[in-house]
Amino acid sequence: MNLLFDYFPEFRDGFLGTLSLTAASAALALILGIIMAGFRVSPIPPLRAFGTAWVTLLRNTPLTLLFLITFFVMPQILFPGTSPYKLAVGALGCYTSTFICEAVRSGIGTVPIGQAEAARSLGMTFFQTLRMIILPQATRTVIPPLSSIFIALTKNSAIAGAFSVTELFSVSKLLSDKGYPIGWIFLWIAVAYLVITFSISGLFRLLERRMEVSR
Amino acid sequence: MSEVPVTKDATPVADALVALSGVNKHFGALHVLQDINLNIARGEVVVVIGPSGSGKSTLCRTINRLETIDSGTITIDGKPLPQEGKELARLRADVGMVFQSFNLFAHKTVLENVMLGQLKVRKIDKKTAEEKARTLLDRVGVGKQADKYPAQMSGGQQQRVAIARALAMDPKAILFDEPTSALDPEMINEVLDVMQQLARDGMTMVVVTHEMGFARSAANRVVFMADGRIVEEAEPEEFFNNPRSDRAKDFLSKILHH
Repeated sequence: MNLLFDYFPEFRDGFLGTLSLTAASAALALILGIIMAGFRVSPIPPLRAFGTAWVTLLRNTPLTLLFLITFFVMPQILFPGTSPYKLAVGALGCYTSTFICEAVRSGIGTVPIGQAEAARSLGMTFFQTLRMIILPQATRTVIPPLSSIFIALTKNSAIAGAFSVTELFSVSKLLSDKGYPIGWIFLWIAVAYLVITFSISGLFRLLERRMEVSR
Repeated sequence: MSEVPVTKDATPVADALVALSGVNKHFGALHVLQDINLNIARGEVVVVIGPSGSGKSTLCRTINRLETIDSGTITIDGKPLPQEGKELARLRADVGMVFQSFNLFAHKTVLENVMLGQLKVRKIDKKTAEEKARTLLDRVGVGKQADKYPAQMSGGQQQRVAIARALAMDPKAILFDEPTSALDPEMINEVLDVMQQLARDGMTMVVVTHEMGFARSAANRVVFMADGRIVEEAEPEEFFNNPRSDRAKDFLSKILHH
């Protein structure tokens, strides 16, 4: 107990760090993931190829390797001087977007083809159909896997701690370097993670209940 | 099987709204449309009948390019069907379609279903679109259900909404792909009545159906298809009373007497 109170500012900063890292990368991943899913089902071959390449490349790369490339290669070529926080959001967001893309794509597959045919026979374009007809109806199916993906993202964000971003894992490293009992450190870190992950599951359960589409 | 010569004249008739000439389509090894030539005049009601798997639904769906064709040409109002894209979207807006399974947008109310195309494709302002949607819903007899979701309505009501949704675009023609085949028997007439009314109002219609009563009473012309070909074309009275091809005789004997 003492440890938490003695180092409360550190724990608080770590918690907020993980929270903001997760939220920012989740937002990026969601936007990129939906765009990539749109690409992967689009009738335009180059877009489809790009979406497929994006998923294949990023999903199959170990996240740590992706971090190494993002932190040590990317700044040499593009975006020199970007803060570690932004680089971490970029790496986590792009990586997670591939999983979201696939979840959204499977959701799109559950919407009856007739919905798209009806929209297109009204003269709606492919992207209008996707945005106004298909995606809203796919949302419900996509919510349970999205929840899992975001929880995994929360825990994956720990890797950023090893790349000088302040978050929960970096706090645990700091305190264990100071020689405090590892059990207590981990306990409080774990509690902090659970607060975030339980909030995510709760939020998504709520969304799921709200989004019922009857057929 | 006696083949009856059908018009092989591929040049579109001057006032043909929809003209198919030399249309071929394959599904893998299956030659589902074979050298189809068909002209549909403005205001004409053409009923396509034939046994299952004869290609009649596919024919209907090629007209607004929900199915692509392998060869031949399809023109609508003198313009050949464009490739997938903005231009095709514009053309589809002018050709309404009513599906066997209604395909109303499940996440939108009936009113929103009828307004969506007007708002997003025709770019009409919301107030005008809503007025028009309500008028059309009254016309097909479901005006009181405007705020319901499709799943809360019967099949017959849903199909009438689907017709209103097609009409909201002010189409030049409407394609009906087995509009009553998924309906309970007691709901078929309410949909056919709406279609009869449309036919009387001079709408150009292509109707794929098994409803011989509708074909007799509303059609200007019956097109009989079998095995991917148009086997016979005639006025309804002539076709039903005096079919020329063996295939049509056989088909009619099976469906009319049992």
